[in-house]
Amino acid sequence: MEWETVIGLEIHAQLSTNTKIFSGASTAFGAEPNTQACAVDLALPGTLPVFNENALRMAVMFGLAVNAEIGKRSVFDRKNYFYPDLPKGYQTTQLAEPIVGPGYIDIELDDGTTRRVRIHHAHLEEDAGKSLHEDFHGMSGIDLNRAGTPLVEIVSEPDMRTAKEASAYARKIHAIITTLGICDGNMAEGSMRCDCNVSVRPKGQEALGTRTELKNINSFRFIERAIETEVARQIDLIEDGGRVIQETRLYDPERNETRSMRSKEEANDYRYFPCPDLLPVIIDDTYIEQIRAELPELPDARKARFVSEFGLSEYDAAVLSAYHAQADYFEQVTRVAGDAKQAANWVMGELAKNLNQKDLDIKESPVSADQLGGLIARIKDDTITGKIAKQVFEIMWAEGGSADEIIEAKGLRQVTDTGAIEAIVDQVITECTTQVDQYKAAEPDKRGKMLGFFMGQIMKASQGKANPGQVQGLLKQKLDALCD
Amino acid sequence: MFDLTLAELAKGLQKREFSSAELTQAYLNRIHDKDSLYNSYISVCDEQALQQAAAADARIAQGDAGPFTGLPIAHKDLFCTKGIKTSCGSRMLDNFISPYDATLVSRFNEAGAVTLGKTNMDEFAMGSSTENSYYGPSRNPWDTERVPGGSSGGSAVAVSARLAPATTGSDTGGSIRQPAALCGITGIKPTYGRVSRYGMVAYASSLDQAGPMTRTAEDAAMMLQVMAGADPLDSTCAEQPVPDYMAGLNTPLAGLKIGLPKEFFAEELDPAIAEQVQNAIREYEKLGASVQEISLPNTRLSIPAYYILAPAEASSNLSRFDGVRYGYRCTDPKDLEDLYKRSRGEGFGSEVQRRILVGTYALSEGYYDAYYRKAQQIRRLIQQDYINALQQVDVIMGPTTPHPAFRIGEKSNDPVSMYMEDIFTLSLNLAGLPGMSIPCGQTAGLPVGLQIIGNYFAEAKLLNVAHQFQLATDWHKQTPAGI
Repeated sequence: MEWETVIGLEIHAQLSTNTKIFSGASTAFGAEPNTQACAVDLALPGTLPVFNENALRMAVMFGLAVNAEIGKRSVFDRKNYFYPDLPKGYQTTQLAEPIVGPGYIDIELDDGTTRRVRIHHAHLEEDAGKSLHEDFHGMSGIDLNRAGTPLVEIVSEPDMRTAKEASAYARKIHAIITTLGICDGNMAEGSMRCDCNVSVRPKGQEALGTRTELKNINSFRFIERAIETEVARQIDLIEDGGRVIQETRLYDPERNETRSMRSKEEANDYRYFPCPDLLPVIIDDTYIEQIRAELPELPDARKARFVSEFGLSEYDAAVLSAYHAQADYFEQVTRVAGDAKQAANWVMGELAKNLNQKDLDIKESPVSADQLGGLIARIKDDTITGKIAKQVFEIMWAEGGSADEIIEAKGLRQVTDTGAIEAIVDQVITECTTQVDQYKAAEPDKRGKMLGFFMGQIMKASQGKANPGQVQGLLKQKLDALCD
Repeated sequence: MFDLTLAELAKGLQKREFSSAELTQAYLNRIHDKDSLYNSYISVCDEQALQQAAAADARIAQGDAGPFTGLPIAHKDLFCTKGIKTSCGSRMLDNFISPYDATLVSRFNEAGAVTLGKTNMDEFAMGSSTENSYYGPSRNPWDTERVPGGSSGGSAVAVSARLAPATTGSDTGGSIRQPAALCGITGIKPTYGRVSRYGMVAYASSLDQAGPMTRTAEDAAMMLQVMAGADPLDSTCAEQPVPDYMAGLNTPLAGLKIGLPKEFFAEELDPAIAEQVQNAIREYEKLGASVQEISLPNTRLSIPAYYILAPAEASSNLSRFDGVRYGYRCTDPKDLEDLYKRSRGEGFGSEVQRRILVGTYALSEGYYDAYYRKAQQIRRLIQQDYINALQQVDVIMGPTTPHPAFRIGEKSNDPVSMYMEDIFTLSLNLAGLPGMSIPCGQTAGLPVGLQIIGNYFAEAKLLNVAHQFQLATDWHKQTPAGI
């Protein structure tokens, strides 16, 4: 039987507010345990939440970026359950009246087509703390630094049909929230986390199959792998006569398998009700329009501009615009270098390769956009050759310095002095008598191909600094003269 | 000295007739001497009180004193007090020393008040008799075999037995007004949002409101002046400006329109109470007020609505008491579930557990619409009843309670009959309106309370109406025998 996969995603994004959603404690990552938890975060008796308006602003920004209706009245609810890292015994979240209503984004598929993924809603809520089960001699430790960090939970409709579509959707959401600057997008630190709802159904069937929820997947690659693994498990199960049960499953990337966490029967009754400590959040059109006016250029618009303004290919434009820091970097390189195509090649090629090897974000790149732009400018004005440029880049990466400084210090300037080039050409022709004889013996139309050998020798002799155009011209002229 | 009101004590301090240290020491001595009879205090703060008194005396000497500087008061033990145990009358918080002050406590501290101690209460403010305290029941000074009412019973007893000139209380369904009535003192529950709830341990967040418990309306005005006002730490606290409560006390009552809800004089009302309340109404007529009958048709629904909504909120509010971070933790839990079950099972008393169970049930999937949502609808009907009535009259009056103080143990095994004692007070919390109870008579040697209800943020009017009655009568000056 042919199966169709149906996928919906719930993405939790930590908002980049300085303080927590309902308290004045700092949200910075990595502090000593429990040093960023105030009385409100510890849920001391008598404490009350006060809503951080910055979180509201960021949620509205997100809503506008995904073409969504903005809830002019939104209400916080309590989701009640007991867990040691949930200090109040309830999570303050939004259920019936979220801040962001239905919206959508378009994702690009590998075949060049786009698919629209609808967003059911997005709501604001507070993060829980962390339970630490190691290093406590059989006890558990609780770190409440994260408790109360603002989250926006983005709930998609079940509009995705392949694991690739799911990861493309997640990447797009990542691009949007990082471009908006409302989330740092750091998946390893848990700033963006993803739950995948996955079900399968016989192709052509309208009714959805029973879904499972895969929890807390923290990379795009794992999204794809977790879904593929789970889909295979579900299909095997059904084809063997079994039945998928609705449950929460955990993806184990080391074993590449999903494991049951809890079934629906074990699920909590969360006893949602409106939080009486917080007033409904009421906003008006003026507030919304003010935020809309201040929105930065979003990834889709930026991609289109990269094509129209810089003449990049759709593919290059899509890659460069997917991550705002990379797009910013690229634009700055272009500005300095005065050549967008070269800039794109370098950012997506040499720079990306080096960043990947060192597992660095582009924001941590040892080579700045200005440095790289300066380097490309020197290629363009023929100060150095493309080959030498790679050497300069490596020095820049390892030791720093501007292209000009490195070129000067290492004497890498391209040789364009005709006399100097001529001397090298003459020297090579004199030394390579065998090859010159072969050249002379060859049919005139085969000779062009034989120039490569001489070019290589000459460039080697010039340590790569000779201007290849000039070399080629002189070389051909001199060899052809020998043939006459 | 113990018969002086707050206002009189303030004058005495300002005229240097006595120092705050002397006054404070005298009250502390009296508490240590007498409170074993009444059990009105859970904690007495001798050392801190005397330090505060010394600081107040220094301020007075420097001419830097405000109207409240040096006045000793006591706080209900659900207001968080830095460095002092805040137990909420519960074993759960018997070991809890708050690291911060409630907003209300800070305001009194900044005004120069002296904290004598923390008063007894029904556990987590759930009860109408103070019998649900982990620290044992408080006793009514008018008859120590009887309850003082609750949940702010300790605060009412302390004022009535002259163990504090004034106290703070909290009122979720009558917890200031009912004990004030039963102990013969003055108490006001302000409009919801008039006083910050920050640092007041929550019972039912949408109903809880702090207020003063005093001997006179004038004292209540002095207290409320300190307590009331917006608080950036409490989003539900009103931005409404705070008027000068003392300024309006002496406005004559000629032309005042009083409404008497017929539902407040129904069959469950003790005839002796009805008689005392009618006498008080006649006194108001003498002061120039006119009286008309009104109707609050949904009054009877206030008990079932309250006993869904308050427990529902409580079931969530009390989830934080889980034995993990502070408070009572059972010994040797074998796993997480055991930790939760035994810490909460052993830490909470039976009435608290009952309300948590009721509230959990009311919010459960499949029951939410039938209970919680329905109760919210009733709440709006009750609120509308009051809004309609207050378009016809300036204030509404009636009995605070259907009966005078009952015997300790009399209703402890009959929760519904205990809940019925709040029939006249609950609906006000559901509507969010301010209400006051003042002594207006006695029956068989026990005080009777007159309830005065006003419009939103009409505390000044209520205080004025109460003060004028207290100028004309001396029920508020009656003292229990042996005090």
